[in-house]
Amino acid sequence: MDLTIAALLAQDGITNGAIYALLALALVLVFTVTRVIFVPSGEFVAWGTLTLAGLQLGKASGIVGLLVGMAVLAGLMETWRCVRAGELARLPRALALWCAVPLAVAAVLWFAAPMGFPLLVQVLLTLAAVTALGPLLYRVAYQPLAEASVLVLLIVSVALHFTMLGFGLWFFGAEGSRTPAFTSASFTVAGINVSVQSLLVVGTSLALIGALALFFGRTLYGKALRATAVNRAGARLCGISPEFAGALTFALAALLCGFCGVLIGPITTVYYDSGFLISLKGFVGAIIGGLASYPIAAAGSLLVGLIESFSSFWASAFKEVIVFTLIIPVLLWRSLRTHHHEDEE
Amino acid sequence: MGLQRIALAILLLLLAAVPVVAPAFWVTLANYIGLYSMVALGLVLLTGVAGQTSFGQAAFVGIGAYTSAYLTTRYALSPWITLVIGVAFTCAVALFLGFITLRMRGHYLPLATIAWGISLYYVFGNLEALGGHTGMSGIPALSLGGIELKDERRYFYLIWLLTLAALWTTRNLLDSRPGRAVRALKGGLDMVEAFGVDAARLKIVVFVYAAVLACISGWLYAHLQRFVNPTPFGINQGIEYLFMAVVGGAGSVWGAVVGATLITLMKEWLQDLLPVLLGRQGNFELVVFGLLMVLILQFARDGVWPWIARFVPRAAVKPVPDAEPLPARPRAVGNGPLLEVKQARKQFGGLVAVDNLSFDIHAGEIVGLIGPNGAGKSTTFALISGALPLTSGEVRLRGESIGSRPPYEIARRGLGRTFQHVKLIGAMSVLDNVAIGAYLRGSSGVVRAALKLDRAEEARVRAEAARAVARVGLSGHMHDAAGSLALGQQRIVEIARALASDPALLLLDEPAAGLRYLEKQELARLLRALRDEGMTILLVEHDMDFVMGLTDRLVVMDFGEKLAEGKPADIQRNPAVREAYLGGVA
Repeated sequence: MDLTIAALLAQDGITNGAIYALLALALVLVFTVTRVIFVPSGEFVAWGTLTLAGLQLGKASGIVGLLVGMAVLAGLMETWRCVRAGELARLPRALALWCAVPLAVAAVLWFAAPMGFPLLVQVLLTLAAVTALGPLLYRVAYQPLAEASVLVLLIVSVALHFTMLGFGLWFFGAEGSRTPAFTSASFTVAGINVSVQSLLVVGTSLALIGALALFFGRTLYGKALRATAVNRAGARLCGISPEFAGALTFALAALLCGFCGVLIGPITTVYYDSGFLISLKGFVGAIIGGLASYPIAAAGSLLVGLIESFSSFWASAFKEVIVFTLIIPVLLWRSLRTHHHEDEE
Repeated sequence: MGLQRIALAILLLLLAAVPVVAPAFWVTLANYIGLYSMVALGLVLLTGVAGQTSFGQAAFVGIGAYTSAYLTTRYALSPWITLVIGVAFTCAVALFLGFITLRMRGHYLPLATIAWGISLYYVFGNLEALGGHTGMSGIPALSLGGIELKDERRYFYLIWLLTLAALWTTRNLLDSRPGRAVRALKGGLDMVEAFGVDAARLKIVVFVYAAVLACISGWLYAHLQRFVNPTPFGINQGIEYLFMAVVGGAGSVWGAVVGATLITLMKEWLQDLLPVLLGRQGNFELVVFGLLMVLILQFARDGVWPWIARFVPRAAVKPVPDAEPLPARPRAVGNGPLLEVKQARKQFGGLVAVDNLSFDIHAGEIVGLIGPNGAGKSTTFALISGALPLTSGEVRLRGESIGSRPPYEIARRGLGRTFQHVKLIGAMSVLDNVAIGAYLRGSSGVVRAALKLDRAEEARVRAEAARAVARVGLSGHMHDAAGSLALGQQRIVEIARALASDPALLLLDEPAAGLRYLEKQELARLLRALRDEGMTILLVEHDMDFVMGLTDRLVVMDFGEKLAEGKPADIQRNPAVREAYLGGVA
């Protein structure tokens, strides 16, 4: 291996690592606020790519139907809740939030699909669709179980992963898709070819991480989420609704996953079932950070990206094995330095 | 013969008739149901009972299948030898995975098993020696006593014999010394540790047990199919096994069989139906399974089995026959104090909760630890019981330093305790809860328990627990679920459980809270009687009447430090104590 190849592999690794870092942040966010281990995040990534690819072909995929279906379901659940609690006055607002918004997104997607809008508009449409799906999934699947143990929530996550995998196959078919590159430009620095596309990916990731830091540090909603992550009961007593925190978290996480999907689309061919492996790499990053630390999770994801890229050069058949085996030394290290008295749940 | 046995006998007869009367298609399905049940059974124990889970069971099935496939085709070893090798290999892997994940609290096991399941799938698929993605064929059939089990109808008997054996051992295990501790892991981790259970070790043992069942299932699969490829050992199958356990009912061994049957039949049906409905080929049954799972967890978290169980006759509660008492701890202590707390200090960040605290307790005393709210009583309690490590200083029990040791080691040295927030396993009977207290007085391990070789010891443990229940006056509630008792009674059960451990020092955390006046008097009488038999008791209590009338000596704490120490009457007159309690007005 000479320096050029090493530089190329490093560039690939950093690009992928930046995407995994976004995912890892989404996973840590969801886990700390809601205790959900967000296994279906991979499907959100894949659906991001595949929805954009569908829009390129002028098709609004089955995601429109799913948005409509889940909006109706969420609406029914909210209605039932308001009726049972005798709080009919709250119903219009709940229906606007849970039905009108996602239905509007679905409608826009449906009408915009055949229009052949420019790539950037299609990206925005994709992000809107995927983001709308996040809170709906929380409302329909997780919220009724919000008080259950982490284990039950994890099993639900895995079940949803399965379900979304099946839906993905139904909506997008078994063929893989790639989305067009945002730019094919590249330049040379010190004899090393750097693609602008990679820079774009890394830049977008950094910008998103910065935006998240601002959101959590400076805004009331961001602080509310942090408070919920630290102490659910305490946050509730301060008037932060856990349902609201959950829905907001899932919206943010879905948005991050949507970004991952859009960013990864031009780099690799994405199939309906590609998301799981991508999200697991985010998980490895998140586990390195103990599912708690954002900076360590991001750094860990970068490491995952680099290891993946270099092992694909040396032992491409075993690249997944190498990446996933990475969590064993990580867990071993955490286990050996763990104190006996970590809190349960 | 009870109704339950008749039901079981009918079931076995029906099962035995399957290969004789059923068409080949149904025999094949029944074979698979048996294989899947065995794996799901391990998950019932791991997930439903112990509260941990694994998505990588299919990978253990794969180890069993591939080990045998490789060694029988390549080196012509007997399949019975390769079974042993496969099981040993599985144990090694499971021990390793368990060691790195289960000593930590949290949810690292499921995540690690997902990664492990995927990795192993790629290893199977990419190793040329294992046939890559095309797999390996030509695996020999099993033969047993000269009979070759080539025919599926004959193989059926082997599969179901082993599956039923696994059911039997798992049931035995749940109703035993280690089994009670496993049943208490979910929701009672601190409690079992306080009675001498090394919870991390026990979780690892359960994980290994589940992995071994999966491995045996894989071995059976390889010699049934006589061909293996990586697909049935991937992560999707691993998740499907978990579905079987949860859908069937992860709280009961029969849930595994019910779940395996339901999922297998549904899959068969959906694979025919869905492509027709959707006009497309694909694994669409995943959608249905996923939704079914979410619905079951939302509306019937215990799965299908509890619904069926209502129609199964229940076995009557058996009385507890008397048996020879378990060996008691020698009471003689020598000269020194039983418990010595020396300059104990506990700091949480900048907050000093306990500072420079020293006091002794001598054998045969009842000592009360009192003080205003926030004085550091609970922290002191946690330091003695090992729930919190000391920042500095020392705690010695019977001359041995116990400061900062894990609770299960302190329990071994003769400390029995109750909890301020009652920690009983609500679904278990009072007797079983109390029997957990006697954990350290028995010695039967998982293997003895699974094979039912522990009955003599078990009878003594149960008799001992029954005596402890009788001692605190709750014989009438012996077989009731502990969760059904009133709070005051539950506190008394906690004392019975601590008594069952035959402690040298009994630590009681607010034992009188929630008791009525007469119950308090009853409790005081019991504690005095225990002291007169040589028991030493340290208690934290807020009810001053109760404390003053009962204790021999009091230690008063305020702001983390010892304020005073002495006989109850002197403490009542102590000006510093009066000021701390009454704010200096008196």
